Amino acid sequence: MIRSFPKGGVHPPENKLSASRPIAPLPLPETVTIPLSQHIGAPAEVLVNRGDTVKVGQVIGQHKGFVSSNIHSSVSGKVVKIDHVLDSTGYKRLSVVIEVQDDEWIQEIDRSAQLKQEITLSREDIIKKTLESGIVGMGGATFPSHVKMTVPKGKKADWVILNGVECEPYLTSDHRLMIEKGKEVLVGMKLIMKALGVEKGMIGIEKNKPDAIAHFQELCSSENGIEVFPLKVKYPQGGEKQLIKALTGREVPSGGLPIDVGVVVHNVGTAHAVYEAVQKNKPLLERVVTVTGDHLETPSNFLVRIGTPVSKLIEAAGGLPGDTGKMINGGPMMGKALNSIDVPVTKGTSGILIIPDQQSKRKPVAPCIRCAKCLNVCPMGLEPYLLMTLADKELFDRTEQDRILDCIECGSCSYICPANRPLLDYIRLGKFRVSQIIRSRN
Amino acid sequence: MSNLITISPSPHIHARESTGQLMRGVLIALIPAFAVSLWMFGWSVLIVTLVSVLSCMAFEYLIARFLLKTMPSITDGSAIVTGVLLAFCLPANIPLWMVVVGSLVSIGIGKMTFGGLGNNPFNPALVGRVFLFLSFPVQMTSYPVPMGFDTPLTDAVTGATPLGLLKEGIRNSEPLQDLMNNIPQNMEMFYGKMGGSMGEVAALALILGFFYMILKKIITWHIPTIILGTVAIFTGILWFIDPTQNANPLFHLLTGGLMLGAIYMATDYVTSPMTIRGMVIYAIGIGILTVIIRRFGAYPEGVQFAILIMNAFVPLINTYTKPKRFGEDLKNG
Repeated sequence: MIRSFPKGGVHPPENKLSASRPIAPLPLPETVTIPLSQHIGAPAEVLVNRGDTVKVGQVIGQHKGFVSSNIHSSVSGKVVKIDHVLDSTGYKRLSVVIEVQDDEWIQEIDRSAQLKQEITLSREDIIKKTLESGIVGMGGATFPSHVKMTVPKGKKADWVILNGVECEPYLTSDHRLMIEKGKEVLVGMKLIMKALGVEKGMIGIEKNKPDAIAHFQELCSSENGIEVFPLKVKYPQGGEKQLIKALTGREVPSGGLPIDVGVVVHNVGTAHAVYEAVQKNKPLLERVVTVTGDHLETPSNFLVRIGTPVSKLIEAAGGLPGDTGKMINGGPMMGKALNSIDVPVTKGTSGILIIPDQQSKRKPVAPCIRCAKCLNVCPMGLEPYLLMTLADKELFDRTEQDRILDCIECGSCSYICPANRPLLDYIRLGKFRVSQIIRSRN
Repeated sequence: MSNLITISPSPHIHARESTGQLMRGVLIALIPAFAVSLWMFGWSVLIVTLVSVLSCMAFEYLIARFLLKTMPSITDGSAIVTGVLLAFCLPANIPLWMVVVGSLVSIGIGKMTFGGLGNNPFNPALVGRVFLFLSFPVQMTSYPVPMGFDTPLTDAVTGATPLGLLKEGIRNSEPLQDLMNNIPQNMEMFYGKMGGSMGEVAALALILGFFYMILKKIITWHIPTIILGTVAIFTGILWFIDPTQNANPLFHLLTGGLMLGAIYMATDYVTSPMTIRGMVIYAIGIGILTVIIRRFGAYPEGVQFAILIMNAFVPLINTYTKPKRFGEDLKNG
């Protein structure tokens, strides 16, 4: 049976233009810019100075505290600048700029293509290795992965869910990774399961990726306790809470975490990175990035070193089309618009989407006719039209009562609204203000 | 690349559907009923409809532009829908100046007073219809007898609706069986050969439009089906108790403005509830009120008042029928 989350959701055109393009390594750029904050939590503390020589895989940023992540050099060369540089979020962040010289890796990294399946490390060592290797959620949330591999006191994990849904239109990096590195991903998943002390695993893949489903069903046929589930093509199927509901029937409580219902979800990209870190000693220094767009010459999937300027990826995909109107870091539903293509690829960059000019502008806003479409597509059971009105009128107490903080910002409401109302913009504003109010209470 | 790139928050794509398209969909769904009406009552149907639509659009434009001093948005088609629906609940032989007055009340009082599209608590077309109905009862209840295309534009033969005949007859203690013999047969009523407002006579054509709107996902099946179901059950019970005093459910379903009201007026987005649960309450309310007014009230026809009364409850219904929140039932562990 095809599973799905029960309530809400939309089905935007899938446009997986690059689905059949194998992952190709991108040539090394001349310089890389590596921000010290590529994750949720405290920025890493810089360990190198201007003029230092670094090797591929060398730690250049030390994690600060538990919710933080190490940063590694993705290239070998000379540190030419340590400064605040614009990154893909639109803010300037402290970054290490390295001029690339050769491609010299640190000794410890096993660069052979050989699959290493047997798991020798203990739970503690797997978690430690994940922390040291700077692994964060690679689906885009960039939450430090070692935190999600530790079960908090008093909680119990029953399942590890591997998120291979990739419900964002256009993006294909997870899809390609599952086809080309399926075995590695599966070992990574088992490492995560071992770290959490979990016996049962589920892999959720939308059924628009039949090759990936077939591949994993074959790989898992000899595995005890790991099952593959095809999922209905519906956005946001890959939302953590929606995926858990679809696969286990459990609902993460409002304000709660997946572990509250005994589930931990990791993205396939993360599982692959955990494999490389634990089995191959390779820290997170490169990732798969989809470069795509309707008018792009060759939509592609590249293996890219962290810190590579986005412009290099676009060049390799045929250059920026003349009618470009908008450039997005991520997919069209949840990605962020870029104001420059000089920003670096970071750990959370799953795709770069180029939108033509005529599709990049929003249509004029019309009055709400209460068609209830926003309410019907909201996967969290909220009333977007009401939250927008309340936020607009600055009635933040009432937005809080109406659970504005439950919003996962999937954008289904703004997508569907026939009056082109910027529902999510106002809900974001409301969420921001409500969070401020809650903080001021304590 | 153009020098200016767009920076805006997600989502960056949008579904194709627009307010204008939804309104066009409703208008397309009304075409069969319009065609039947034209066939039954002749060219005056076209004239009344045109006058109604044009005056609705004109009043919306003028009020927005000169009284509210906002950008008129008559291009979204909502004024056209109001105009057509208003015309559909008028008799084909109504004096045209009354149509203009009705349009002014619909748009002016029913819609723009509250701030225009999306803010009106009551269905604008019904506000206009009820205003005319109470102000000009004679003209509003002398319906032309359907004579086909040859119906002359003036001096048409007029008569009462089946519901009117029934009410009058029961009041005069005439036996129900005799009354039923004087009104059109069920089949005739089904395709529209009876006295009545322009758009309300053709049940078949209205149902056709209903299926179109469901197919196009403009409305869901809930409100119309539940209204009709409630009316059928309620009148069925009355009929079962005393068939000499109460008409059968089929008669009630096919007569008067019930089909038109249930399918096109009660489902107006702005004035109906947001959730399915809310729609159920609202629709049952309309069904029950319709039958109560038809059977026990002073007027033969009840659906117009029933919808307006339930319109008033919509904000309350919305407050108490919120959607089920994700993760609501569980305690935060």
